Amino acid sequence: MDKKNLFEKVWKAHSVGLLANGQTQLFVGRHLIHEVTSPQAFGMLREKNLPVRYPERTFATVDHIVPTNEVQEPYSDPLADAMIKELRRNCKDFGITFFDTDTGKQGIVHVVGPEQGLTQPGMTIACGDSHTSTHGAFGAIAFGIGTSQVRDLLATQTMALGKLKVRRIEVNGELNSGIYAKDVILHIIRKLGVNGGTGFAYEYAGDVFESFSMEERMTACNMSIEGGARVGYVNPDKKTFEYLKGRPYSPKEDQWDESVAKWMSFASDVGCAYDDVVKINASDIEPTITWGINPSQAIGINDSIPDPQNADSTDKASLQEAIDYMKLSPGSSIKGTPIDVAFIGSCTNGRISDLEEVASQLNGHKVKDGLKAIVVPGSQIVSKIAEEKGIDKIFRNAGFEWRSAGCSMCLAMNPDKLIGDQLCASSSNRNFKGRQGSPTGRTMLMSPTMVAAAAITGVITDSRELFPKK
Amino acid sequence: MPLEKIHNVSGTIVHVPGDDIDTDRIIPARFMKCVTFDGLGEFLFYDMKFHENGDLKDHPLNEPQFKNSSIMLTGSNFGCGSSREHAPQSLFRAGFRAIIAGNFAEIFFGNSINLGMPCVSVTEEDRNLIAGLITENSELNASLDILESKIKVGDHSISFDLRSGARDSLLNGTWDPLDELLQARQTVEKLHQNLSYT
Repeated sequence: MDKKNLFEKVWKAHSVGLLANGQTQLFVGRHLIHEVTSPQAFGMLREKNLPVRYPERTFATVDHIVPTNEVQEPYSDPLADAMIKELRRNCKDFGITFFDTDTGKQGIVHVVGPEQGLTQPGMTIACGDSHTSTHGAFGAIAFGIGTSQVRDLLATQTMALGKLKVRRIEVNGELNSGIYAKDVILHIIRKLGVNGGTGFAYEYAGDVFESFSMEERMTACNMSIEGGARVGYVNPDKKTFEYLKGRPYSPKEDQWDESVAKWMSFASDVGCAYDDVVKINASDIEPTITWGINPSQAIGINDSIPDPQNADSTDKASLQEAIDYMKLSPGSSIKGTPIDVAFIGSCTNGRISDLEEVASQLNGHKVKDGLKAIVVPGSQIVSKIAEEKGIDKIFRNAGFEWRSAGCSMCLAMNPDKLIGDQLCASSSNRNFKGRQGSPTGRTMLMSPTMVAAAAITGVITDSRELFPKK
Repeated sequence: MPLEKIHNVSGTIVHVPGDDIDTDRIIPARFMKCVTFDGLGEFLFYDMKFHENGDLKDHPLNEPQFKNSSIMLTGSNFGCGSSREHAPQSLFRAGFRAIIAGNFAEIFFGNSINLGMPCVSVTEEDRNLIAGLITENSELNASLDILESKIKVGDHSISFDLRSGARDSLLNGTWDPLDELLQARQTVEKLHQNLSYT
């Protein structure tokens, strides 16, 4: 029998046919929308007088613009208020399920999908957001799309897409103590480059990904696009099925066994072909942190800021640009760099296990005086579970602000923003110039535990030195 | 209404140097608080063009001789980061009709072709050549021949790469695929019925 990888199987199962330009017309089984990239798409439908073809396949929530310190509407920002109202109207007019702020289910779209059981193995999933690759953690093919494609999906449930190549990335061996999924993905991007994945889907595999929880897999898949790969996935296994069991949109008991068998059939066949294979040793991975202005500009906690003088001529200019923007000195240690703000949250690291892990380390520690530290749960459900477990109190007692669910300071389309050239230790996914809301604001990406360590000491710190081994 | 068949894009070129220019730089997130794409052109590269107090920064797009440029020349991995169509929309609405770069981030590339805005890849050597020609004469007219995959600028004819599928859809006026997607209604319905999930 012809051996195939998961990507090929899912692609084939959802192919409608070839288009004149050679692209595939791909059926997208689940479509997720939010307030920022959908209103223009609905506008185009209205203009063309087209209905939403399969409204039961689209689900909406609101995340980018929601304030995390204000729940009462109208929001003080009239633009944000107009956007949430527009999404509400569109969902109502077109019959789309909306996890609105009053449902108890609102949150960051990539936290909400898995939480609701909407994300399942073998699906095609798309959303007008580049971090849609998160859903690949379940063995789905999930990709970010532009607004015109949101329109295409609403109107036809299909879109035009060229087939991707598949690169298997195996991380084998055991991670050292105090190393997290965030370190693994930052390490991968550091090694393969910010555009190393262009044209590829990444299949993450090996000992480390097999031992990862579903939430750790989501953290890694989430950042695939930061390495240029539009899609990243992990083959489904027992952990995937356990996670899905009993969730609102998961198959019910009477269909469970049949669903699991179907899901298993999508997993990559042993011995199937890949376009490329990369192997990484787990033991090489250190707490990893970005120092520059794209996510591949990362180093281990014990490394120094690169010196452009020692770089290839092609890299020199971009390293210098990053060093100037970040106001760092070449050759200096990243450890000890003073920070102004600490942010724990986002679709990368705003899930319950992220918050639990940090809370378990805080143990009497306090946020450094004068430092702003915020924790933003990824969804209302994450928030509720955390509050039931008393995690909110642990953070509050340590001096963190406990906020309500949203994208918050990851991209600062809401009141959570850096001011001036503040430096933020951030558990989010992008360190681009101005990303966190101030045109001169600076971001260093790292795991939530590393963010907490920096929040406590006020400087970039090796969390393994601050927090004793459990 | 049939789409325009894009065989040729011509105009003056503005050079915005740098590799890995990301979508947050092209259009900062705070300008995406809108429900239409209208007006996005004025926020293109906003934080690169303006100081926080509103004063102009030293940026090629602020130079008067490039005010009407319709072709942008830039570095490699242009448009990396977000899937926001706001990025190519802001370029298009600021008057750009083609981008020349080393290569492009994938989602940005697709979004741009969907707007009928060709994104063509050129070697570093040739990009340096074009940049040099513009420095000598900012009014130099360039012309992208989509069929021949050539940029004619001054006395030079420079080859570019453009994926054949994208090239064909520009040439045939099918760069917006919606009409073609709508045609497969029955096959799509069958697939919808047969999928094990709704």
